[in-house]
Amino acid sequence: MKRVDALQAIYGQLTDRVVVTIMGAVAAELQSIGHRPNFFYLQHAMGLASSMGLGIALTRPDRQVIVFDGDGSVLMNLGGLTTLARYRPRNLVHVVFDNESLLSVGGFPTATSTGSDLAGIARAAGVPRSAAVRTIDEFTRAFDDALGARDLTTIVAKVEATGPSKYVTDLSLLENRFAFQRYLQEPGI
Amino acid sequence: MSCRRMSPVSTVSSQLIYDALKACDIRLMSALPETWLVHLVRMAEDDPEMTLVRLAKEEEGVGISAGAHLAGVKSAMLMQNHGFLAAINGIVSCAQLYRIPLLMLISFRGDFGERDPWQTEGGAVTEDLLRALRIPFTYLDRADHVAHRIRKAQTLALSANKPVALLLCRDLMWEEAS
Repeated sequence: MKRVDALQAIYGQLTDRVVVTIMGAVAAELQSIGHRPNFFYLQHAMGLASSMGLGIALTRPDRQVIVFDGDGSVLMNLGGLTTLARYRPRNLVHVVFDNESLLSVGGFPTATSTGSDLAGIARAAGVPRSAAVRTIDEFTRAFDDALGARDLTTIVAKVEATGPSKYVTDLSLLENRFAFQRYLQEPGI
Repeated sequence: MSCRRMSPVSTVSSQLIYDALKACDIRLMSALPETWLVHLVRMAEDDPEMTLVRLAKEEEGVGISAGAHLAGVKSAMLMQNHGFLAAINGIVSCAQLYRIPLLMLISFRGDFGERDPWQTEGGAVTEDLLRALRIPFTYLDRADHVAHRIRKAQTLALSANKPVALLLCRDLMWEEAS
């Protein structure tokens, strides 16, 4: 499965939800499909996208929050999985695109390439729902289930180690940040 | 879990700090406990108006505060200065890069009077690191300026959209003669 196809397959379900992504291919590919003001791309601070998602989910329990994470980022903040599980925000869906590599810096293999199992780690950390998927069909089903379950879910989607030709987009970091803040604080949203 | 044994950590000063944070409308606190912070963490835990997030590592708190800020909720981070050291990449590449106000309360271990040998290196580099990172900071070392300094620190953090730090000092936090 290609990550961009997985994103495309669920893009329609992102309309009214709060979306936080990591840097690199995930951010560039989601923007290539179409940026929206409810999308925030954490273009650095590897590992902290899930923590940002937790901060939003805890303070806005009325909104469903989706975090698009990656294997390299999760491995940098494994403790964060225990914090997520501990506070169990029922309005957070945590998707980990696992391409078994640090793609944007040259494709060096991560520990998931030698067997570290992030869905198993999430489960063992106490995340109440987790799934490991390998095809678009499995992914969309797991994503639909997670949205419907209204409970903290980690979905680890194995994807090919391919990405866009470039990672810098024409959306500036601060433009994204302030527009996203405005979106989150709009009355009635 | 609260600490039941008698501790020389000042409950009076901890309450002053806590009340000042509440007066600043802080509604979320992230913390990784250490000795000087035990009362503050317990106060947050006992307060139904406060969301306390206990962390595995301090850097997570930067992301959590960033999310809370964008969602319109004021937050504070409680950590030891060694926790500040552990959070630096997050502070630079999340809070500073994205202009996120952070109110960081950092227990200043390893300064004059420190008896724990393992705290002494961190104490020696804390202020220089804050300066190197261009993080405005001041000291909480006397009860009579606690509320005022916390309020002013938060005002600057919010107007500048930047992290600021308050160093919790031994003279305020510790009641036993050193």
